[in-house]
Amino acid sequence: MTPSPSPAIAPLTAALRSALPGDSVITDPVRLRTYECDGLTYHRAVPGVVTLPETAEQVALVVRLCNEHGVPFVARGSGTGLSGGALPREDGVLIVTSKMRRILEIDLPDRRAVVEPGVTNLAITEAVRDRGHYYAPDPSSQQVCSIGGNVAENSGGAHCLKYGFTVNHVEACEIVTPDGALVRLDRMDPGYDLLGAFVGSEGTLGIATKVTVRLSRAPEAVTTVLAAFRSIEEGGRAVSAIIGAGIVPAAIEMMDALAIEAAEAAVACSYPAGAGAVLIVELDGPAAEVQAQFARLRELCSGAFELRVAADAAERAAVWRGRKSAFAAVGRISPAYIVQDGVVPRTSLPRVLAAIDRLSAEHGIRVANVFHAGDGNLHPLVLFDDAEPGAGERAEVVSGAILDLCVEHGGSITGEHGVGVDKARYMPKMFTGDDLDTMQLVRCAFDPRGLSNPGKVFPTPRLCGEVPGVRKGVHPLVESGKAEQF
Amino acid sequence: MARELLEKTGVTLRDAVADDAVAGVTPRWVALPETVEEVSAVLRACAEGDLALTPAGGGTKLHWGAPPERCDVLLDLCCLNEVLEHAAGDLVVRVQAGVTMGALAGVLAAEGQELALDAPSGATVGGTLATAACGPRAFRYGAARDLLIGVTVVLADGTVARSGGKVVKNVAGYDLGKLFTGSYGTLGVIAEAAFRLHPLPPDRRWLVVGDARRPRELAAVLAASQAEPSAVELDRPGPGAPVAMAALVEGTAAEERARALRDAAGAGEVSPEPPPWWESSWWDAPPDEEVLVEARFLPSALDGVLEAADAHALRLRGSPVSGRLRLSPAGEVTEERLAAAVAALRERAHAAVVLAAPYEGVDRWGPVGALPLMRRVKQQFDPGRRMSPGRFAGGI
Repeated sequence: MTPSPSPAIAPLTAALRSALPGDSVITDPVRLRTYECDGLTYHRAVPGVVTLPETAEQVALVVRLCNEHGVPFVARGSGTGLSGGALPREDGVLIVTSKMRRILEIDLPDRRAVVEPGVTNLAITEAVRDRGHYYAPDPSSQQVCSIGGNVAENSGGAHCLKYGFTVNHVEACEIVTPDGALVRLDRMDPGYDLLGAFVGSEGTLGIATKVTVRLSRAPEAVTTVLAAFRSIEEGGRAVSAIIGAGIVPAAIEMMDALAIEAAEAAVACSYPAGAGAVLIVELDGPAAEVQAQFARLRELCSGAFELRVAADAAERAAVWRGRKSAFAAVGRISPAYIVQDGVVPRTSLPRVLAAIDRLSAEHGIRVANVFHAGDGNLHPLVLFDDAEPGAGERAEVVSGAILDLCVEHGGSITGEHGVGVDKARYMPKMFTGDDLDTMQLVRCAFDPRGLSNPGKVFPTPRLCGEVPGVRKGVHPLVESGKAEQF
Repeated sequence: MARELLEKTGVTLRDAVADDAVAGVTPRWVALPETVEEVSAVLRACAEGDLALTPAGGGTKLHWGAPPERCDVLLDLCCLNEVLEHAAGDLVVRVQAGVTMGALAGVLAAEGQELALDAPSGATVGGTLATAACGPRAFRYGAARDLLIGVTVVLADGTVARSGGKVVKNVAGYDLGKLFTGSYGTLGVIAEAAFRLHPLPPDRRWLVVGDARRPRELAAVLAASQAEPSAVELDRPGPGAPVAMAALVEGTAAEERARALRDAAGAGEVSPEPPPWWESSWWDAPPDEEVLVEARFLPSALDGVLEAADAHALRLRGSPVSGRLRLSPAGEVTEERLAAAVAALRERAHAAVVLAAPYEGVDRWGPVGALPLMRRVKQQFDPGRRMSPGRFAGGI
């Protein structure tokens, strides 16, 4: 695609140049191109202009200038998102937070830290690990992904089964609203839970410029078990048995034979040979509790033909290596692939996996399954050869049909990757027009001009002027001066 | 004319009596819808006749918040009392808003599960959400908004809308559940909700410290303990009285962990029963308590909050580790005394909210940071100001 900047970009660029330090505004076409996509590389757009603000005030300034010129803007952290949430606009400004990476405050007595949005997820944990704490949400990209991006996407991770998502671990945010005001949203404040609405809004309600996160105490004991099963059905039965026994592990992950094959090819993880499925179960908490739960877990995994227990941190890392490499690893067994993200109720897993098998056979497209089994979050990897005519289209069909399966079974079209630009068209499968219009009332309150990351999440924008209700015009009480309308 | 509009919906309607008052304001009628469609029909009728409405559940917190500017209809959701789906294998439940927390607990316990949200058994799911009420175990499990995974709401114009779903992990679309949780009925009616559940803990123990001389330090030790307590609560029945503290340990090896907690604390007794004050409910939803204040603060600010409470003759109960205490006058109270006490609390705590008080003049909410944005949200959801107008922060 060739950049086609809107006429408003040139005067805005001049205004940005005079307002920001020289190296904070990028217009060089070659450098602009490095920002043309996020982790979802098949959506690309070269941004009209890129800014790299260093402070919250500079972010607010850029947003206010965008408002003055009527130009849309998109925020970007590390660009690791998998739904195109940070896909730039050719007619807009990309606001990159990578220069805002200071940890501003660590308050262990109150178990919180205040960080700038460009700080990586893992950097928070690294800053407090030697004092026995960590930041719980752990998306697979945690070494690189930014906390600002985590807030926008409400990121999860393997351990969110027990510990929850970003929204459960963010105590406050300072944000720049879409009209350029700096506002603090705090869980302790009276009033609407705007923080809860903001986290996970995918950059459509503004940009986080400071994030106050909760720090968690590192658990006393961690036990990681690798259980190998002959079939995915047997593995699935073990998952149901564990949950049914009232155990809430920190994580339960499953990989099928094809995903194992890929991981072996990529990182030689040495999972038990002949496994139709492997299950990684991690228990953590007080030592006495973990010990008792582990004894129970052994019984519940009696269908496994091999059970390995990681003896130390190095062995635990070895168990996780295969799982964490799985997305990238399928590149070893397939020239191209689509990473899907959908959710089904855990008890529907066997039926949905069987249906995915049928889809795969029907379309001649291989599907490797890697998933957070504990919470029913599937990550099917749809494999195809992009050199083969029509294969990409068939893969798209299979990938889309998997989302249909998720919706049919009462699940979700995304568990953690977000809607972004990629899945906006699937939203009407999950929600009615009224549902989507009602959600967009929030958008209209925050961003009536629709300048903050437009075109993401919702398939069709709501016109904020059209207010629901039978009566239009001024309320009689307001007219008579008896009440003030807010 | 207004009554005819309501009668036309076919929804059960009766004239209101003094007992139906919302924070002192008696509505004209009480509507008793039995389905979400009927809720929608009532709201459409209210829109047509410009009638103001307040949703109500068990009525345990109906005296919380400011009196409504106007209230024509009390929407009593008691008949929406069905547990729609308990998917035990998925640890998820879907319920109608009028189900009481007690009834829900009974259904879930039959499958060895619970909604880990401490609320009075007579309170409804809808009312618990609308007031964002939370209890001791929020320290471990989070508050109502953290356990809610899906919601069905009815807007002022009758629109029925859903967000979230019935799976725990789900990031599709905006989370209206969080917005409606704690909104005091000012954005619309919560009609249905879905929650994530937890297995009922096999065992429980309390570590009880009768006289905690240094409550902040003790609370910090308990919160940081590897025994992982689910709750740490303190209680002071009146000014000058000793501070009692107790920690709840739930789950496997509870006895062993509670003993470890006692060793770390260097004080207290381990017991299979809670201390008597743990079960008392004045701090939660007291129909006989006319004045109730909630202080929210960082755990390190506890000493200041306790001092302010002492100086202004307030008794208190709550969590020093979550930074949430409920306070109530130990003796006689006047509007002036309450205002002075709240002002002192606001100096020491992050926020002090007057949940309930019969006084018109008292500033119930204190400073509200993002008020202009909140007003814009209200304007979008309820432009006609019919939904519990005036009940909420900033006169929303």
